[in-house]
Amino acid sequence: MRIVLEPRAAPRRLMRVAAPLIALLATVLASVPILLALGLNPLSTLKIFFVEPLNSPNGLSEWLLKASPLVLIALGLAVGFRANVWNIGAEGMFTVGAICAGWLALHFGAGGHAWLLPAMMLAGALGGMAWAAIPAFLRTCANTSEILVSLMLNYVAALILSYLVNGPMQDPEGLNYPQTSVFAPSAMFAPLIAGLRINVSIWVTLGAVFAAWLFLERSFVGFQMSVSGAAPGAARYAGFRQGRMIWLSLLISGAAAGVAGMMEAAGPLGQLTPVISPGYGFAAIIVAFVGRLSPLGILFGGLLLSLLYLGGEAVQMSLNVPASLARSFQGMLLFFLLAADVLIWHRVRLKRA
Amino acid sequence: MQHLLIPMLTGTLVAATPLIYAAMGELVAERSGVLNLGVEGMMLIGAVTAFATAFAGYPAFVAAAAGAAAGAASSLMFGVLAVGLAANQYAAGLALTIVGSGLSGFIGHRFDSSTVTSITRIHVPVLADLPFIGPVVFNQDPMVYLALALTAAVWWFLFRTKAGLVVRIIGESPQSALAIGYPVIRIRYLTTMFGGGMAGLGGAYLSLAYTPLWVEDMTAGRGWIALALVVFAAWRPWRLVMGAWLFGGMSVLQLFVQGFGLKVPSEMLSSLPYVATIAVLVAISRNPRVLRQNAPLSLAQPFLPDR
Repeated sequence: MRIVLEPRAAPRRLMRVAAPLIALLATVLASVPILLALGLNPLSTLKIFFVEPLNSPNGLSEWLLKASPLVLIALGLAVGFRANVWNIGAEGMFTVGAICAGWLALHFGAGGHAWLLPAMMLAGALGGMAWAAIPAFLRTCANTSEILVSLMLNYVAALILSYLVNGPMQDPEGLNYPQTSVFAPSAMFAPLIAGLRINVSIWVTLGAVFAAWLFLERSFVGFQMSVSGAAPGAARYAGFRQGRMIWLSLLISGAAAGVAGMMEAAGPLGQLTPVISPGYGFAAIIVAFVGRLSPLGILFGGLLLSLLYLGGEAVQMSLNVPASLARSFQGMLLFFLLAADVLIWHRVRLKRA
Repeated sequence: MQHLLIPMLTGTLVAATPLIYAAMGELVAERSGVLNLGVEGMMLIGAVTAFATAFAGYPAFVAAAAGAAAGAASSLMFGVLAVGLAANQYAAGLALTIVGSGLSGFIGHRFDSSTVTSITRIHVPVLADLPFIGPVVFNQDPMVYLALALTAAVWWFLFRTKAGLVVRIIGESPQSALAIGYPVIRIRYLTTMFGGGMAGLGGAYLSLAYTPLWVEDMTAGRGWIALALVVFAAWRPWRLVMGAWLFGGMSVLQLFVQGFGLKVPSEMLSSLPYVATIAVLVAISRNPRVLRQNAPLSLAQPFLPDR
């Protein structure tokens, strides 16, 4: 007797939606022995992790605030993943977008111009796209793996930011702290509700969800990209140019990550610091998969991963458990999701040897 | 000049060693058609396990073995998904890297910035007293030599044994290998675990010898550089060692450039290994023939028997 996986013709739609929930359940179950090993009560810890962060208006505000960049980055990544372009450099594109927007904010913030925020957003998008153009160019012209190039550029972007906030862009009156001056009010998003950190930039993210839906589900180019990812042979036969798909995938994800970086700088941060992303670039990969690479799904995926971040902070504060536990949960979620997907696309059979 | 050259070359060999371990393991896995992007995560798990073992007072070789075992065990997580269930190898590898980074940070939290005593060096009698060559080549820690011995073993295994030939066949065409009757899945599990064990050793070297302390995410992208090295080496063991020395030299250079009195921002020097990785990848990939002749044909393609 051995176990054999047989491909199914087409999985049921319900199962595709259920897979992330199954994965979440598996992640929670897998966390129980870990929590027990730490001498923690699993039930109360999980309550602190998943429920407590959302218990207050401030908690809800933080939840949406963290979900917003995750959703935006994941929307861009999903475009590429559909076309089988593996951009894992969103972290770097996020950083470069924030740097470009931050430069504008520091130079023109004093003027109180109304055009400053839109210009910063444009700068963020262009910065992210420029950073994404490097792997796109090297992949199309030199056949170089976009995975490794985009990942290496994460480190380079982080070092550039570190150089800037320690040197040319450092706050002259900042007692030599490695950070820029605080942005002027005209360079920051207005709060949505007074007293909370949530700001108007979430409308941009919601708009992007709709735009991504139009592009992916209703446009010919979006269709072409899905085809070239799912069936490269068919795409070649139909005459879809692969180079164009690679450029589009990377530029779109670069723009999305760059704008997300801008929104982080002009929102909760209000300045540039040596580290501006708590791993959003990687978490967004999980968001894209949890969201089934579809815009609406990504919205929910972003909310889930955002909750994992908040839960990690909550258990760190109240139980003194390191926040990296949340990162293990993120990875486990992706792991169980991939496993659930296999079982959805295949039937498990016992077969006589 | 010589007083600078000796520590530079010595440092190069040391800095290259974790890369040789991690990349050599990945090379074997990729030769069987398995692309595991989880090297960074496996190195971190190996590093934290080895550190914890040494911190508990066990001798260094036990700690290194524990790191290797932990790396191999963590690779099973990827193996079940990507080999057993034929899931997307890229995504499964990324999941492993994220889990590895989180889990190692979590486990290592209580060791933050603790130190252990570094692995002692072997002073080869007579030879170590040779001028110049002696201190560079014959006065290193045992794991530097073990890396080279394992390189020779991998080369011999892949190109001089029947089992190695089978691994390479599976990397070219798992369908054919299965048709001839080789246990493709079992062998891919083994190569994946070998890759994990070697990545764990590489991580162990970092936390036991290279910088004998624990810092969260201390691999700093070396797992990814190892992945690039495999491509750079065109899947050949000795070329891989050359590549690792090149990178080792690069990371040592940044420590010495400031000693030469050059005024360069330290961030620019720190970015050297990453920029260099991109540069060598471009150089090697621009000639598609080199890659097509050497890259395992089934690399990263999910394979399910009994289709």
